[in-house]
Order: sequence, then structure tokens, then C-alpha cells
Amino acid sequence: MTFGDILRSAISNTFRSKVRTALTVVAIFIGAFTLTLTSAIGAGVSDYIDKQIGAIGGDDLLTVSPAAEAGASDDGPREYDPDGAATQGNFTLLSDADIEAIRATDGIDKVEPAAMLAPDYIQYDGGTRFELSVNPMIGLADADLAAGRQLEDGSGSPELLLPSSYLEPMGFTDAEAALEKTVSIAVTDYAGTRHTVDAVVAGVQNDSLFGDGVGFNEDLRTEMDALQKTGMPAGVPSGYITSVAYLSTDISAEELDGIKSDLADQGFTGLTVADQIGAIQTVINGIIGVLNAFAVIALIAAGFGIVNTLLMSVQERTREIGLMKAMGMGGGKIFALFSFEAIFIGFLGSALGAGVAMGLGTAISSVLSNTVLSALPGLNIMLFTPAAVATIIGVVMLIAFLAGTLPARRAARQNPIDALRYE
Amino acid sequence: MTPHVLSAQDLTKSYGQGENRFDALKGVSLAVGAGESLAIVGKSGSGKSTLMHLLALLDTPDAGTISVKGQDARSLGRNELNELRNRDFGFVFQQFFLTPNSSVLDNVVLPLMIAGVKPAERRKRGMEALERLEMADKARNKATDLSGGQKQRVVIARALVNNPSVIFADEPTGNLDTATGAVVEDILFDLNREQGITLITVTHDTDLAARCSRQFYIRDGREVSADELTSTTITTGASA
Repeated sequence: MTFGDILRSAISNTFRSKVRTALTVVAIFIGAFTLTLTSAIGAGVSDYIDKQIGAIGGDDLLTVSPAAEAGASDDGPREYDPDGAATQGNFTLLSDADIEAIRATDGIDKVEPAAMLAPDYIQYDGGTRFELSVNPMIGLADADLAAGRQLEDGSGSPELLLPSSYLEPMGFTDAEAALEKTVSIAVTDYAGTRHTVDAVVAGVQNDSLFGDGVGFNEDLRTEMDALQKTGMPAGVPSGYITSVAYLSTDISAEELDGIKSDLADQGFTGLTVADQIGAIQTVINGIIGVLNAFAVIALIAAGFGIVNTLLMSVQERTREIGLMKAMGMGGGKIFALFSFEAIFIGFLGSALGAGVAMGLGTAISSVLSNTVLSALPGLNIMLFTPAAVATIIGVVMLIAFLAGTLPARRAARQNPIDALRYE
Repeated sequence: MTPHVLSAQDLTKSYGQGENRFDALKGVSLAVGAGESLAIVGKSGSGKSTLMHLLALLDTPDAGTISVKGQDARSLGRNELNELRNRDFGFVFQQFFLTPNSSVLDNVVLPLMIAGVKPAERRKRGMEALERLEMADKARNKATDLSGGQKQRVVIARALVNNPSVIFADEPTGNLDTATGAVVEDILFDLNREQGITLITVTHDTDLAARCSRQFYIRDGREVSADELTSTTITTGASA
């Protein structure tokens, strides 16, 4: 019996007892449907988080701050050290020397101190003035854009990314209308003089969970920083709250750990974006994991349905199996015949389940995005990827195969004489 | 002397253990020449079916040897045994054993499918076998829609399709009325005569047995003479 014949026979055998097959397929359908939906929610949420990470900074960025001094409360107040690092409020600041030290660390290509920019307002075309905060992260290489382009550093012209929530109040009809328009930003210096800077809107950024505020390119930051420091009296502590280190490209996880521990030895804390919001992702992954586990339990229950269906089938077809064995069909091929039948039932259930889940999920997801979740643009609560769906179908077929081994083994071991003995 | 297609020496076979032990065969020797038609005759429980199963290599004897065309069956591996049965043996059973929801043609070509013959070739040979039994017009019908005599013809077509050297027929007319039974018998004996296919028939029907070139009588697991068997057949015949 050729492979093709076994496959064809197995498929046609599946449809011999239609009601029984249909019921088993329904059981698998439920499991596969649930698993497809839960994993799509997982994928949708983590895709959204990845976009948010893009909004805060790229994967190759490390936020380096002075290490928090622990143990102060246990040991009583710390003695004043006139040569110690400057502080501002509760923050220990990074000095220029610190920045140099960070720059000298192996694996770090470039360091940019994050200057504290405190612009007064933003205004378009003499309209209403709005307060704004500046996105502290500099490497907005992968901002989640609604329209326009990413920021370009060193272009010589000041550019910014506008959050989509600013569009309407500032007088833009939509995201496209704001592109390449010039807006003015005001900043007050130490002497109390107000300066305004003109900047071009490079793009419009989707509102996000983390990357709050307006994104400035390097040119705009430098200009703002210079204006802000005009008339700064000597003796005012100068320094930076944090700095952003650009890692060498293609760095491995071990190398990253090495860089972090090098920084720690020097008294700095280096955090990637993933570290910063890792906790959120861990919680979400945990919830998705539990949901997936329920779906897998449903699938295992469905697997027993397959065992049951096929055992009955083997029982009914005892004579047929015996006849085929009498006619010289080997046990291995009988095993293959029943295994393929199990796999085919699994395929039917999972393909239908995944297909319906995709159709229904896409519809629900788009309805939710426009209603309940409209405050979170860019979030598709369910994301179906071909790879994930194919994996689910594959896993279900594997479960079906495993469930089929017991009946298939029983069939393969059947004695041909059992079919022939009728006296 | 014609070469022996099948020969068996001192076959014994028993089922069960202890008190339930049942000795189906107690030392049977038999040789079947090529082109012969042999009837294995006995009543229920005589061991005639067990003997046929052993000869058809569907089961192994507890003791004794079976040779197929001079080769000891014990020297054959499992795959060789399957191949031998597929290539050289055809089976006709009292209870047809047709797969209910498949077409007549699909049932007939089952041995060819098992052998791995390509679909086009299978179809051609299947139709040839059906034509020989005048059943070609029923090729597309479902096996369940046929009458008993038609079913048995399909079974014979299935037994013939791989051009076997031996056909084993177990009560081939047991489920048929006299007239249809006679037609099926004619077909089997024609095949035996015209194509030289060795025919081994298991039956308790003495008329069918008489049409065979040789009879092998069996009772309680031993070979007996015709007279010995007939005497019992008469006394128990009423219940049959």
C-alpha cells in the first residue's frame, strides 16, 4: 500500500461514521478555537507592548543612571561629601566625568546625556498655547507612528513628533494635515527671558502607555538646552538625571549582562527598555499562559474523544482489518492507516476551529478597537499570525496522533484469524 | 508426480490452556499438487478451518512443518510472509467480507492496493477480473446493494485480481441458495480447470466436496476415511 493510498483510505474511512466523526471534531474544534483566540490575544498584547517599547526607545538602548544608594535608612543619615555627585531634588545627577566613564565602557558606542528640558508651551499658527512634556527618551528610532516619518538627527533642522492627542486642540483636522507644518515652542531661561523655537512636525505618534510627551530630535534638544541655560548662574548644580547609551549592534544577551555588570562596578545602573517594562510583560504573559493552559486541557479532553472514536472504529472494523492482514497488509501499514485517520480528525477540528476563531476574532477585535479600546490606538486585541495558527494546527495534529496510537496499535496487532473465525 | 504447491507434515494446534485446552489438530499431514482441487471436509469443530488457516499461513502450528513450493514457511520473515499471501493466495469466505460503503471495484482491487499497484493499473486489472465474472456493469455500485450471489462473485473477483496460484475457499456456497451456489461452484471449478489455479475448499457440503478432484476428511483433528466421516454426518446431519 503506497503512502498516497493510506492517506486516501484514512480520509475516506473518517467519513464512514459521520456522526461520530463530527462529534469528535466538535470537541477538538472547541479546544483549537479557544487556543487560537487566547494565543492571538497574547500576540496582540505583546505586539502592542513591543510598539510601546519602540516608542520609548529602541532595543539597542540602555538607560544609564547613577546607582541608587541603598542602606541609608539603616545606617542613619549619610555624611555630607562636598566632592560627591551633585544632586537635584531627590535625584543624584550624572556629571560630565560620569558620562565619559560610561562612554569608555566596552560595548557602548555612544552616550547622550538626557538634558532636563522644560518648555513652557507649544503653539501652532498663533493658536491656543498648550503645555507639553518632552519625551525623555532620545532614541525614538521606532516610534509607533500614525502618520509621517521618524525623527532624523543631525539634519540641521529642528524636528518633533507630535502625540495624536495634540492634533485637534492645536487646530489640525487629522494627522496628515499636521505633517511638515512649523510649530513654535517657548522656553524660559534663567534670566526669565522667554525664547521661542520653530520646529517642523516630522510625524504624528500614536498615544501610548509609556512614551508620553512630544519627541524632539537632537537638533531641537540642543537648541532648547542652550536657550534654557542662558544666564545660568555659576554654582547651580549641573548634571543629568540620566543618559542614554547606544549599544554596539548585534550584541548578545551575555554581552549585555557583561555591560550591565561593568556599569554596576562603576556605580551606574543600566536598564534596557525591556527591563523597565519587563514586569508588565511578565504579568500579561502569565495571564495568557493560564488561558492557553485551559485551552490545552480542552484539547487533551478532546484527545480522549479521539481515542474513544477510534477504539470503536477498530472494534467495528475487526473483520476488515483481519481481511487486509490476511491479504498481506503489514501491521505497520494498518497502524499508519489508523494514525492518519486520527491525524485527519485532528486536522479537521483544528483547521475549522482556527479558521472560525480567526474570522470571529478579527471581527470582535475591530469592533473593540473602535469602541472600548479606542483610547489605545494601535492596539489590536487579537493578532493572528500564520505561524502561530500553523503551530496550533500542528500541535493539535500531534495530540491527535498521540491519541490515535493506542487504537492504531490495537488494530495493528489484530490477528487475521479473528476475522475469519465465525463458527 | 506434480510438484507440491503446499505440503504439511504432522501439524498440531491447540487453543486455550489447562482445562479449557482444546486440541484442534492432532497431527495432520497433507500435500496439495499444483492445479489440484482439494476439498477439506468435516463438520463444525472438526478442525477443518484451523487446518485451512495454517495452510494459508494465517496462523502458525504448534508443531509440524508447512512448505510452500518447497520452501519451509518458518524460514520466511513477516514481510515475506505478507508478500507471499498477497501474491500467491486468494481468499473466498462464506461471509463475503466486503467493505460496505466502498464501490464494488474498490473492494475488488483491495489486494492490489495492498501490494502497492498504481491506481490506473489497479482499475484495469480490477475491471478485467469483474468482466470475467460478468460483474463489470456493477463496478460503480456499492457492495451492500448486491444480492448474495453477486456479492460472492465480487469476492471471487477479489480473490482472482492478483492472479494467485492458490484460492482458499471457506464454505464458499454456505450463504447462498442452491441455484446461486451451483453457479458460484461452476465459476470456481472453471477457474481451476482453465487457469490451473489450485483450489482448496473447506466445506461440510458433500456435493461440493464430490466435485473436487480429491477429498480430505477430517474429524476431531485427525484425518479419517470417507466412510468414518459419513457415518457421523448421518447421525448428526439432522441438526445441520
